[in-house]
Amino acid sequence: MLTDLDLTMPGRRQWRGGLHLVTQVVDEICDVFRELGFTRVVGPEAETERYNFYALNFPKDHPALDAQDSFYLGGDVVLRTHTSPVQIRTLETYPPPIRIVTPGRCYRRDPFDASHSPVFEQIEGFAVDEGITFVDFKATLATFARRIFSPTTKVRFRPSYFPFTEPSAEMDVQCQICGGTGCAACKQTGWMEILGSGMVHPAVLENCKVDSEKYTGFAWGMGPERIAMLRHGIPDIRLFFDSDVRFLEQFR
Amino acid sequence: MIVSRRWLEALIGKPLEGQDVADRLARQVAPVDGVVPIHQDLRDVLVARVLEVRPHPNADRLSLCLVDAGGNAPLEVVCGAPNVEAGKAYPFAPVGATLPGGLTLERRKIRGVESNGMLCSAKELGLGVDQGGILELDTEAPPGTPFLEAVPIADEQIIIDVSANRPDLLCHKGVAREVAVSLGATVKLPNIGDSTHQSPKHATTQGNVDGVRVSVEDLEGAPRYMIAVMRGVKVQASPSWLATRLQAIGQRSINNIVDATNYILFEINQPLHAFDLAKLRGPAVVVRRAKAGEKIVTLDGVERKLTPEMTVICDAERPSIVAGVMGSAESEVSAATTDIVLECAYFQPTRVRRTRRALGLSSESSYRFERGIDMLGMPDALARAIDLIRAVAGGEMREPPVDLWPEPQKPRSVFLREARVSHLLGVPVPRKQIEQLLSAVGFVAAPKDERLAVQIPGWRPDVTREVDLIEEVARLRGYDSFPDELRPYRPGTVPDAPAELTLGRIREQLVRSGGGLLEARSLPLGPADGPDAVPIQNPLSADEAHLRSRLLPGLVRRVEHNWSVGNRDVRLFEVGTVFRRGKRETGNVPQEELHVAIVLTGARHPPHWSDQGDAAKLPDMDIWDLKRHFELAVGVAVPECEVQPAANGPGWVAVPRAGAEPAGTAAPLEADAPRWAGPLFGLELTISTAARSLARYQPLPTQPPVVRDLSLVVPGGVTAASVEAVLRREGGTLLERLDVLDEYRGAGLPAGTRGVTWRCTFRAPDRTLTESETVAVLERMLRAAEATLDVRRRQA
Repeated sequence: MLTDLDLTMPGRRQWRGGLHLVTQVVDEICDVFRELGFTRVVGPEAETERYNFYALNFPKDHPALDAQDSFYLGGDVVLRTHTSPVQIRTLETYPPPIRIVTPGRCYRRDPFDASHSPVFEQIEGFAVDEGITFVDFKATLATFARRIFSPTTKVRFRPSYFPFTEPSAEMDVQCQICGGTGCAACKQTGWMEILGSGMVHPAVLENCKVDSEKYTGFAWGMGPERIAMLRHGIPDIRLFFDSDVRFLEQFR
Repeated sequence: MIVSRRWLEALIGKPLEGQDVADRLARQVAPVDGVVPIHQDLRDVLVARVLEVRPHPNADRLSLCLVDAGGNAPLEVVCGAPNVEAGKAYPFAPVGATLPGGLTLERRKIRGVESNGMLCSAKELGLGVDQGGILELDTEAPPGTPFLEAVPIADEQIIIDVSANRPDLLCHKGVAREVAVSLGATVKLPNIGDSTHQSPKHATTQGNVDGVRVSVEDLEGAPRYMIAVMRGVKVQASPSWLATRLQAIGQRSINNIVDATNYILFEINQPLHAFDLAKLRGPAVVVRRAKAGEKIVTLDGVERKLTPEMTVICDAERPSIVAGVMGSAESEVSAATTDIVLECAYFQPTRVRRTRRALGLSSESSYRFERGIDMLGMPDALARAIDLIRAVAGGEMREPPVDLWPEPQKPRSVFLREARVSHLLGVPVPRKQIEQLLSAVGFVAAPKDERLAVQIPGWRPDVTREVDLIEEVARLRGYDSFPDELRPYRPGTVPDAPAELTLGRIREQLVRSGGGLLEARSLPLGPADGPDAVPIQNPLSADEAHLRSRLLPGLVRRVEHNWSVGNRDVRLFEVGTVFRRGKRETGNVPQEELHVAIVLTGARHPPHWSDQGDAAKLPDMDIWDLKRHFELAVGVAVPECEVQPAANGPGWVAVPRAGAEPAGTAAPLEADAPRWAGPLFGLELTISTAARSLARYQPLPTQPPVVRDLSLVVPGGVTAASVEAVLRREGGTLLERLDVLDEYRGAGLPAGTRGVTWRCTFRAPDRTLTESETVAVLERMLRAAEATLDVRRRQA
């Protein structure tokens, strides 16, 4: 009776769930930094201008604010435009040495399109101690990039501007699609920008009553959605929010 | 900022490669968004020399030319231009070439004679208006050379993403300065005409120039203000070199005066404004705050209301310019203008920014004033503007410009410690190298008391403290030049956030539950979903004008989206922040809470061929699937809560044992469902981030169990939970488990009752239970159930 079983017939299945790809990427990034000594902390999504801007050394009434077009909830309360306010909250609460990563949702007044969302995830990192240098900063982020992409991935750092870091830098990794030879995705440059970063601006430490002569540090911020899009070839950020089960099931 | 490669070449004095410039800028200066070649639609056009011109046999106005276009033999080309001349060079489009506008040339007969291409006019090449026929080229390039190589219009736009702190990069001179450092070259402004330098007349708040009274009443708004008067200018089209420069960076050529001021703006970052002296009442120039209710019609033809927060430039009667933002249509330079007033000012950045925002009006000038221009460089900028206007529009300056600068500023200095450079950068940088790097971009460093006193050039308002100079050293040395070796570090003092640990655990448990839950991340913006929903003051749309106060409405929208694309089986969960209007004392800060929610619809499990297509074996999820997930979610999110039936309608609530507000509910949901959809269920809970108690080890049983099934008749109104409570109480420690096996309603039972069967598992930890012990306990349980609930054993 069992001899004519067709063993190529499909087996029984059960529904299988899974974490959202962005959650997986956030967890993976946090895990890499955990190995480098960073703990995982969070902060509120609604913040005052002081935490979101001014304690972070944004000048008042300055064009630097233009890139951070914010949703206002009334008075000086904004939906945070980055997770950087957690830097301030942490400096106000804990003494150095500080080594934290802070994932969380952020908001900017950008209409939805293929590469922008008014709501997005950010992971910020922050280290403050005596004797932290630009070399430590580069080494930590280069190590991260080699862990999250591949051990041979090349990185480069370029000058940039953020009010709360000085020197400021953007980090590029070798284009993950063409391997650095140049393609449409990297605009023929061979590089893809993945994070903004820099040495903590002394004014940020001073705003939190931390001695900026004694302590130095570094900070960076990156978008897990963007990293997921680069790594998995996802063309449109809106797919992350649609919750189409056919999309979610691809990344269980 | 769009920069022209050719313009940079003119400043640096050597040929450049667009992509190479972009790479150098990206590595040392600022991000580059792209390098865009312009006039690429002329790449098919060649330089050709006309060898011979003969009349066309069949047409008086046409000529027949023998043209050397670099090929093996001369070509016969029919030409209709009156200015064609043997021996001269012209742009030539050979057969097969595509011209701007998309026209592709074919070999064709014109009045009976075959023409092998076309000699082109400026208009045909998209290079402006025709001046008497085809475009005569002043070139030594051999015939056949691509037109774009022979004439200086081929160019590349280098698009630089200039950050808000680097106004010096908003002009070609500033960009050239950085590129030159990288190339080891120097920057020199090209000669644009005879320089007739006349030192400006300094004054405080009032002055006179060539009959024009100038006064500054708003010193805060305009700390330095210069005016020159030029008479006898001729307003006309710009010479082609000037128009080409501006067109190469995407600016329209307007007339020689306006173009000259724009040229200075893009060359050295000094916005200038030229206005017509004849239209200036007084003639006077008054810089003051606008009066409430004053109006101005700006150049774009729009009437705008001014406020005292804004600085305006007025004549003797009324405002003619919104300072630093835009001039009025009335005072504009026109073809009839002969005498101009040329303004060169520093307007206070914050004032310009507020004005620009209030009027919703920005310009190349306002963009630069907002970021801060070089106040110390103004006299040189004005002198150069005057030279340029004299060169392109004639005119003369009868008196030196007036310079109202009541509080003259000296260059600022910032101290830099050599030791601090290596302290921050992590490698030693010798003092000599520091000095070299800084001086290359215009800083002047001099040793003073163990430190360097560094004088900051006026175009670098961003450099205000030591660390800014250290950044200059780092970027000019090159970020790549620093090693990236991991060095030891001290562990931090900050513990992991309990909320993050809790959310991580909940996500993991829900995914592992076997229910096939997929995590969703929905947009936390939407329409108001409750009385406490927090409104956003400046939403992108009315549909997204509130923060969510619950997760379920957003998840239901996600289910509807799935239905709309044909997905029937949808099981989603989300964990995330919800917002509620804050208490009065906390101002506008909303309360944030962490919630978890689940939505379920569709088949309970995937179909399998062994079900033989039997619909009964492929049921949709029902309310008991909901209860399963609710109990699971309560267990991981609020373990201190108990699941109880909801008071109204089918569903459940999670009640903290303390007896407070429910932590959440589970119920069937209404939605905009297609006919083929299954029923939809949802649940939502507030997450408790209290520390979990550790699980304690329970010794594993060593004695065998005794299992008995109890079929009971349960009267209407009596719940299974109340029966179980009685049975457990009487069963005591010997009753290890109590599980509902089935429920029966229908024939054979008294009306209004149902039959429920429980499986009872008895065990004693230290001995094997005897039959009589088991019977005695069962009897006790049955007696109590009958006495308290009128529940009896069902007779077989």
